[in-house]
Amino acid sequence: MYKQLKQAAIASVVALGFIAGSTQATTLMNGAGSTFVYPILAKWADTYKTKANMSVNYQSIGSGGGIKQIKAKTVDFGASDKPLNTKELDESGLLQFPVVMGGVVPVANLPGIKPGELKLTGPVLADIYLGKIKTWDDAAIAKLNPGVKLPSEKIAAVSRADGSGTTYIFTHYLSKVSPEFKEKIGNNTSVSWPTGVSGKGNEGVASYVQRIKGAIGYVEYAYALQNKMTYAQLQNKAGKFVSPDSTSFQAAAASADWAHTPGFDLMLTDQAGAGSWPITGATFILVHKNQDKPENAQHVLQFFDWAYRHGDKLAEQLDYVPMPAAVVKLVEETWKKEIKDTGGKAVWTEALIQK
Amino acid sequence: MKTIQAHISDSKIRRQRLMDKSFQGATTLFAGFVFVLLVSIIISLFIGGWQALSTFGPAFLVTDEWNPVTEKFGALVPIYGTLVSSLIALLIAVPIGFGIAVFLTEVAPHWMRRPVGTAIELLAAIPSIIYGMWGLFVFAPVMANHVQPWLQNHFGEVAVIGPLFQGAPLGIGMLPAGIILGIMIIPFIAAIMRDVFVTTPQFLKESAYAMGATTWEVVWHVVLPYTRVGAIGGIFLGLGRALGETMAITFIIGNAHRLNISLFEPGNSISSTLANEFTEAVGSVHTSSLVALGLVLFMITFVVLALAKLMLISLQSRDQRRR
Amino acid sequence: MDWRYLRRRTLNIVNLSGSVLATLFGLVWLFWILWVTFSAGFSAIDWNLFTQDTPPPGGQGGLANAIVGSLMMVGIATLIGTPIGILAGTYLAEFGNNKFMAGVIRFINDILLSAPSIIIGLFIYELVVVRIGHFSGLAGALALSIILLPVVIRTTEEMLRLVPNTLREAALALGAPRWKVITLVAYRAALSGILTGVLLAIARIAGETAPLLFTALNNQFWSTDLNQPMANLPVVIFQFAMSPYPEWQTLAWAGSLLITLSVLALSIVARILLRKAKMESQ
Repeated sequence: MYKQLKQAAIASVVALGFIAGSTQATTLMNGAGSTFVYPILAKWADTYKTKANMSVNYQSIGSGGGIKQIKAKTVDFGASDKPLNTKELDESGLLQFPVVMGGVVPVANLPGIKPGELKLTGPVLADIYLGKIKTWDDAAIAKLNPGVKLPSEKIAAVSRADGSGTTYIFTHYLSKVSPEFKEKIGNNTSVSWPTGVSGKGNEGVASYVQRIKGAIGYVEYAYALQNKMTYAQLQNKAGKFVSPDSTSFQAAAASADWAHTPGFDLMLTDQAGAGSWPITGATFILVHKNQDKPENAQHVLQFFDWAYRHGDKLAEQLDYVPMPAAVVKLVEETWKKEIKDTGGKAVWTEALIQK
Repeated sequence: MKTIQAHISDSKIRRQRLMDKSFQGATTLFAGFVFVLLVSIIISLFIGGWQALSTFGPAFLVTDEWNPVTEKFGALVPIYGTLVSSLIALLIAVPIGFGIAVFLTEVAPHWMRRPVGTAIELLAAIPSIIYGMWGLFVFAPVMANHVQPWLQNHFGEVAVIGPLFQGAPLGIGMLPAGIILGIMIIPFIAAIMRDVFVTTPQFLKESAYAMGATTWEVVWHVVLPYTRVGAIGGIFLGLGRALGETMAITFIIGNAHRLNISLFEPGNSISSTLANEFTEAVGSVHTSSLVALGLVLFMITFVVLALAKLMLISLQSRDQRRR
Repeated sequence: MDWRYLRRRTLNIVNLSGSVLATLFGLVWLFWILWVTFSAGFSAIDWNLFTQDTPPPGGQGGLANAIVGSLMMVGIATLIGTPIGILAGTYLAEFGNNKFMAGVIRFINDILLSAPSIIIGLFIYELVVVRIGHFSGLAGALALSIILLPVVIRTTEEMLRLVPNTLREAALALGAPRWKVITLVAYRAALSGILTGVLLAIARIAGETAPLLFTALNNQFWSTDLNQPMANLPVVIFQFAMSPYPEWQTLAWAGSLLITLSVLALSIVARILLRKAKMESQ
């Protein structure tokens, strides 16, 4: 019996050796970061695999993780909803460009209340997360929602446990509309929340809100859409209550002036316009300007070029807002100008564009 | 008389001695590797955590702020969470484990002992991520809908322990995490207690029975005192497991960096902080603080496990001396 | 009847019943957890599970890449850790009987046995991932091998100690050199026991998640390249379970079921082998 065992063991070792040493049939690119962009990035990667035989392996570990991993060069590209300022970009030798825009929406677990039925304002949302408004039937919420039967449940404010660009966009907005929020909590990818539980990733927040009665959370709209969650309307800068959808996201994105923003370091929260969704933001892809492996960079850029040109429909299905053509042109010019290999030669050329 | 001499050439003898020495050397080398490994782990944790430790000093252990914005980190909340969840776990696992050990050694009929013992050991084999998943999907709703409201209604207003049960019944938090952890370490404690209970010499127990003691009296007054040190060693071993457990807790501890008396509130443990934040920590102070947390955890579990081992060794040597 | 005697009798019955209840308590959790894992995961067990890769959110798919990744990393960890563990255990059993150093190593080994596995992951991250520059299946396998090592060392030593010295003395009397006594006689006698140790160690690392979180990371596609992030069941389960998507959650349960079944099967086989080893040595 042991002789056969020994033979089987040797055979499996040899087999493992062959498998381990086998060359890859498809090229593999690694990216990591924002969970905000993950639903559309995963769809793009899945479709791109069939078109170009290249696998884009994306780990949604949060924008903070994406920034860290690309700085450490453990991945080929990072994705972050928090844009880095030009100082940080120069220090780490990174280039950032916006790839898609979307909205952060408040979602709640209130049985009996339909999506879009609940109305909130920025200051009220800030007070909920500050822990000042503790129950759903609080006067401040009831005033905005006449005729809606609000339960007396305690509010469980779900936030992000990991370093998150979604948190960055959310706190950016709340810091704009509530000076107390700005002072006590502030605007960052990871903040000290005075109340509530924290989940990992947009997925974790959505998961907790689904489970805990009376919970409220903030997620990228695709998550609310895919999981049929109860989202709330928000009052925007113009004083109007808007529902989150591609129209209100586009309205907010319309006033974005990408051309005159160095390093594309632009936030889209609390934009003017009657139909603008107040918590809109973009996801930024981060790559190194100096590439010692130019083929890797070319593959990454080819993927995003494909996403710009052919990924619009998929993005719109999930209510993301694709970048306008003028911005795409600007971005690709920046690629040509800024991304160089060790010899100083530009990595991106028009010839790389796939039809 | 002719003596039969087996003639072994000198070179062959030399070769055999060489093989013997090489073999012994190889085994010694690999055994020493274990020692090197431990030292390397401690050193690498120290190096990684040095920045945080030198920046914050010993105050790191008692500060409850964990703020990546202002880059101020303190280990108090994770340490508190680790200790409290492990304490709750012990409160559940020790009596239950003791009961199971008594059952397996005294109460159960002989044909039942092996299958039931195996079943309990299988509980130990279940990977901790399964506990975590089950905890999130099955246990948390039960806690939120039934157990926590019941606890709040009956004990929420009671004088001293009332504050333990405040807050919204989320189903996730310190109490559910502690309970799941407790269930996880029941088999460890039960197995070790059973193993130490059987080392009690028969003649001691028989003498007690001869004087008319009941089974329980034999357990409580003879077996337990005799195996006291080993039993405590087993408890410490279970504690060591509980302190280091990651996956069972991360799903339902709630990941909140706040200190709360109430067991219903979410908290954080050292291992779940590491699991949640490590791959995403931006800034060297944040990363270094996390590694420093890892060092703290390693030190705590090292001390607990070392104590456990010493206690179990002393029981073993006592057992051997008696023989 | 004397009330004191009655009290003792009652206390006896109460406490012994308590022990029965405690055992039932423990068994109830076991069956509940196993029942939930089986029923939730069973519906997802079909051919697709083993042939399709992990899907994007909201899509259909399987766990093929995760299963293969786990098998590879566990396999390599076993290949690395087992020889080292067996040799180290041999030292402790054969050469280390009265030496102080052996006692220290035994002590350290038992501590490593119960050390938090997330710390091991942290260690390999600092040592391997940062040096190489990226996550890799190899780093994951290394982390697992460090967790496997103490288990193999412990059981190898115990099993070798069970081999009666008369066997060794007989071999020595025949003129066999020490190393042959150990490898040809002691090993062969303790083989089923040592195998048990390896199986138990494999069962242990098959379910480990924390050490893989910062070493192998994860991979949504099929990849057998050890130098790249590698998909594995535990991390996939972690990611999918915490998500809000029902298809992902079902796959997480299916993965949990697979791991539980493998671990239970390995444990039971190991137990049978162990009993055989103990009987042989008596």
